[in-house]
Amino acid sequence: MYSEKVREILLKHGRLSTPVDQLEDTSDLYNAGLTSLATVGVMLTLEEEFDIEIPDSLLGRKTFGSINSIIGVVEQLKNSNH
Amino acid sequence: MEHLDQTGIEQPAFDKLLQEVQKIGEEVMRPNAADVDAKARFPRESMDALKKLGLMGAYIPQDLGGMGLNISQVGRLCETLGQYCGSTAMIFAMHQIQVACATHHGLTNNHFRDYLKQVAAGQRLLASATTEMGIGGDLRSSICAVEVEGDTFTLTKNAPVISYGSEADDLFITSRRSPDAPANDQVHVVLRKTDYELEPTMSWDTMGFRGTCSEGFIVKAHGNINQIIPTPFAEVLSHSMHPTAHILWGSLWLGIATDSVNMARAFVRDMMKKNPNAPQTASLRLAEVHSILQEMRNNVHGCALQYQQLLSENNTDGLDSFSFSVKINNLKISCSTLIIEIVSRSLLICGIAGYRNDTKYSLSRHLRDAYGASLMVNNDRIMNHNATLLHMHRGD
Repeated sequence: MYSEKVREILLKHGRLSTPVDQLEDTSDLYNAGLTSLATVGVMLTLEEEFDIEIPDSLLGRKTFGSINSIIGVVEQLKNSNH
Repeated sequence: MEHLDQTGIEQPAFDKLLQEVQKIGEEVMRPNAADVDAKARFPRESMDALKKLGLMGAYIPQDLGGMGLNISQVGRLCETLGQYCGSTAMIFAMHQIQVACATHHGLTNNHFRDYLKQVAAGQRLLASATTEMGIGGDLRSSICAVEVEGDTFTLTKNAPVISYGSEADDLFITSRRSPDAPANDQVHVVLRKTDYELEPTMSWDTMGFRGTCSEGFIVKAHGNINQIIPTPFAEVLSHSMHPTAHILWGSLWLGIATDSVNMARAFVRDMMKKNPNAPQTASLRLAEVHSILQEMRNNVHGCALQYQQLLSENNTDGLDSFSFSVKINNLKISCSTLIIEIVSRSLLICGIAGYRNDTKYSLSRHLRDAYGASLMVNNDRIMNHNATLLHMHRGD
């Protein structure tokens, strides 16, 4: 249910070399050109848009590795809020 | 990432190994270090002596014919070698970084298991070609690409720096996965001497680390697709190459710094013997620099131990975390800054005897090597990277 929003955020802040609409949910975002600087923008916007705070333990390459992994973290944090 | 045994070898056996390495240091490395430096030549006699001891297989597991040291122990070897010849220590460290990449990401793959066996049995020397002309030092981008046809590939790369490129037996090289892949979609490929030709483009006449012979080449290669490490290079870099490089470089820089402080200590002692009533300034300076050396040593050993633990626990979340990247970057920035500080202070203690090239207290090579540390992967680049990563760090 978060896929569309995550893709929107990646489109705006991901600065990917491969267009977002050509990526699968499982595609490797680093191979698609995601840099650490772009990750900052993606992370800040995710926190803002979904009203979550990503803890240090989840702030790693794995979290931002694919659209699916981002969705997984958002879901996990949204669920733990309720 | 494979689950890695980081038990290492027992302390008594390791102590014995260290003593043998120190013997090579005293008998082969130190006597040749000045000549290697002056002529910017490959330290052949030193590398031959290390191979004789089987050290090219130091980090290769014992069941594959290696010594089975853990990463902290390999760091201690680099630290020891650094006390005798910076160039030899750097070549040794760079070799071990490549071994770590192949071991961490190929241990369950038959091709790479066989390969590691051959490295240990034949004491093959592994070099690395990561940077590329036109990229500007960013390891995570490539212009060149592997072109696969059937189960073979061809690859051409313009590499401005390949340390000991013409002396190496094998070459670990990065490139894009395919000609239509984006610049960041990279693979790590293991080439053997018979798989590639090197066309020299640039010489290596530098201030320090002159014996690493880090010349530029155009690499023209072909091979079988099973020589491509299955893990994407992004992961090889973050889990293995980045931490191993900064820990092992930090270790050998620590060795160079240690040797300079040892020389300063010997100088102060000689001075006191000659003139017991001499002013105590040099002794005070020695006390100061000694505490800085301890700071550097604890940082190197601490980071090595932490990495060793993450590996032994197979803690990929920990290895992937931005906070670990920041820590490893901090280690590099700190060590490459402290080495200059420590050698400079040692030079002040030894005075003109350290400034001269013809005394036993000469620190010229140490100081010139020291300045290379902040430039090989430029500290400004690393600092910028940390500035970014710290936006995603909640605090220690």
